[in-house]
Amino acid sequence: MNLAVPKLQHHFEDLPKQAHAARLGMWLFLASEALFFSGLFTLYAAYRAHYPEIFREGVAHNDLVLGTVNTFILLTGSLFLSLALWALRAARRALSVLLTAATGLAGLVYLIIKATEWAHHMAEGIFPGGRGRFFVENPEPAWAIFYTSYYGLTGFHAIHVTVGVGILAWTAWWMHRERVGPAAAYKLAIVGLYWHFVDIVWLFLWPLFYLLRNPA
Amino acid sequence: MKNYLNCETTIWSWLSTKDHKRIGVMFLVSVTLFLLVGGVFALILRLEHLTPGPTLVSPNMYNQLFTLHGVVMVWLFLIPAIPAGFGNFFLPIMLGAKDVAFPRLNLASLYIFWIGAILTIYGVLDRAADTGWTFYPPYSSQTYTKATPVLLGVFVLGWSTIITGVNFITTIHTLRAKGMRFMDMPLFAWALYGVSIIQILGTPVLGIILLMVVMDHSFDWGLFDPARGGDPLIYQHLFWFYSHPAVYIMILPPMGVVSEIVTSMAHKNPLSYKAIAYSTFGIAFVGFLTWGHHMFTSGMSELNAGIFGILSMGVAVFSAIKVFTWTGTLYRGSVWIRTPLVYIFAFLFLFIFGGMTGVAVAATSLDVHWHDTYFVVAHFHFIMVGASLTAFLAALHYWWPKITGKMYFEGWGVAGAILVFLGFVGTFFPQFLLGNAGMPRRYYHYSEQFQALNVLSTAGSWVLALGLLLVLVTLIWSLVAGEKAPANPWNSRSYEWMTPSPPPKENFPETPRFVRGPYDYHLPLEPP
Ligand SMILES: [Cu+2]
Repeated sequence: MNLAVPKLQHHFEDLPKQAHAARLGMWLFLASEALFFSGLFTLYAAYRAHYPEIFREGVAHNDLVLGTVNTFILLTGSLFLSLALWALRAARRALSVLLTAATGLAGLVYLIIKATEWAHHMAEGIFPGGRGRFFVENPEPAWAIFYTSYYGLTGFHAIHVTVGVGILAWTAWWMHRERVGPAAAYKLAIVGLYWHFVDIVWLFLWPLFYLLRNPA
Repeated sequence: MKNYLNCETTIWSWLSTKDHKRIGVMFLVSVTLFLLVGGVFALILRLEHLTPGPTLVSPNMYNQLFTLHGVVMVWLFLIPAIPAGFGNFFLPIMLGAKDVAFPRLNLASLYIFWIGAILTIYGVLDRAADTGWTFYPPYSSQTYTKATPVLLGVFVLGWSTIITGVNFITTIHTLRAKGMRFMDMPLFAWALYGVSIIQILGTPVLGIILLMVVMDHSFDWGLFDPARGGDPLIYQHLFWFYSHPAVYIMILPPMGVVSEIVTSMAHKNPLSYKAIAYSTFGIAFVGFLTWGHHMFTSGMSELNAGIFGILSMGVAVFSAIKVFTWTGTLYRGSVWIRTPLVYIFAFLFLFIFGGMTGVAVAATSLDVHWHDTYFVVAHFHFIMVGASLTAFLAALHYWWPKITGKMYFEGWGVAGAILVFLGFVGTFFPQFLLGNAGMPRRYYHYSEQFQALNVLSTAGSWVLALGLLLVLVTLIWSLVAGEKAPANPWNSRSYEWMTPSPPPKENFPETPRFVRGPYDYHLPLEPP
């Protein structure tokens, strides 16, 4: 068995320093990502303050069941990934590869359900920019604003999920091929940071687009 | 002797390099090129204003030119120039490291910069954007010109900035030489730390908001179109949430340069190391809370305007701490007046002038009078050109021997500095008077009574151009005919001068041991 140890790059003192740098780099990148989404959340908040009634009705119009199922799927995926990290640290590579792949699969299922929802909306005649017959029947401009921000926020999040699924698939394959051991666990942990971040963003989108539907 | 320049010489060895020094040099060459491009736009603009009516270009072209001048100067010169250029080159050396934390990402940031630049320039060539560098909707989402490639170009450039910021902070945390504490770092490293925070937290907000304008412009989303329920003020808030701190992306690295040059040329430790280091973070923090001062006339409650105004003035407190510390450092030092320090004198004068007018425009009542006039144009050019550009030129001369291994020509250097200073004041001082007299910015025509000052300003722009040309030509000529540079031409104690000029590929001939601080001028220069 070859428990491959990651290569030490020439400019680092030792492996722990190198791992520390990689983790810190990812945290800083996530800070940047958080601000990316914060711009979109600000947009949502400002428009919800402008048009509280229609935003509430719009949320009520979304499918609470599909949205909630997707929340559970993403959270289950995150649980798998945490277990994968635990398994790799305990030198149980095969289990870790399996759990990492399962996380990716959960992401994929999430994307399929999300796409189904978008398809439902489009079948109703709801397209970004206020195009479609839905907006002929509901001509108040706020409806167009609500659904455009819906497509914008969930779409931007879905791009992140897609990237995450790709990274997870690649990571599972890499752990398998390189026969990595506990010393490489920090790399899986960094992938985990990104994936959990994408999950947390959804934990904000879920209330904003599915839960906040009752009149105050 | 082998150094980073002659260890490999093929073009591919440059394009595929992971050496932070080579990446820094390529950034410096790129931004200098864009400085020329943006400068030519500016010269045409000034020429247009030689007469009140049409002089040289059509009204549409005038709008396109001031847009492109702003976009090129802000995102292709001012923001990357000092951090990505000099920062990349010197941060690892100053920390005693062999490279930045993520060398491959560092190379990627250069390519991302080039891709963003190509996109932007593509938007320049055909039906160039005419929105102004601020891209305000709803106009920007409806213009017939090619706003999309320019917007996407700036979005891509933002990623380059973010990567640089992530790289610098990680480098500072993980790659300091053995025994170097945070408070032992050269002050330039502190400036880069502060600017990296702004790059990481500010740039993404700009990125996402520009992307939304792209959606509006290309796919007719109507998010900021008031006719369809959208609110353009939200755009303005988010745009300035980035673009005001962006001013500190442009000024904090120059402040780091000033700290290095002042201590080196005065051969004295800074009056207060801590004051300079901490005030950097004061500026970075307060800078995030002042964006509203761009919107006093766009609809804002009096309470908000008051708060934003007072916070904006707060920035001046931290800036003043720095200015007093620098002048206090020069006091009773053994000062060598060389070209870099001449530029620093220009910096101090122009920065104080620009900063004080900044405090003035932060007062709501005055701002309403000056808003969208040439007064504001003059104010921010004093900060961005007067301070940032002079610090860039100071850094270029100060570190030229280290980067190239050749000395620049001292006499020509001082002459260039004086020309740049005079040309700058000639161009922009009249604009304060014009703005105060009521000449609006971004107008193609102006009324007759403004002509005399406009002619003065245009003449100033020629002197400034002449100065910059002189700097460029003499620096390039020094590569051929300049004297060979010693390791430490300034008798500086800062760490980058402990290695040969130019440095070897691994930065130091052997792993450096820093036994004294970077400003310990009371200790003798030990053999390197
Ligand atoms: Cu500002």
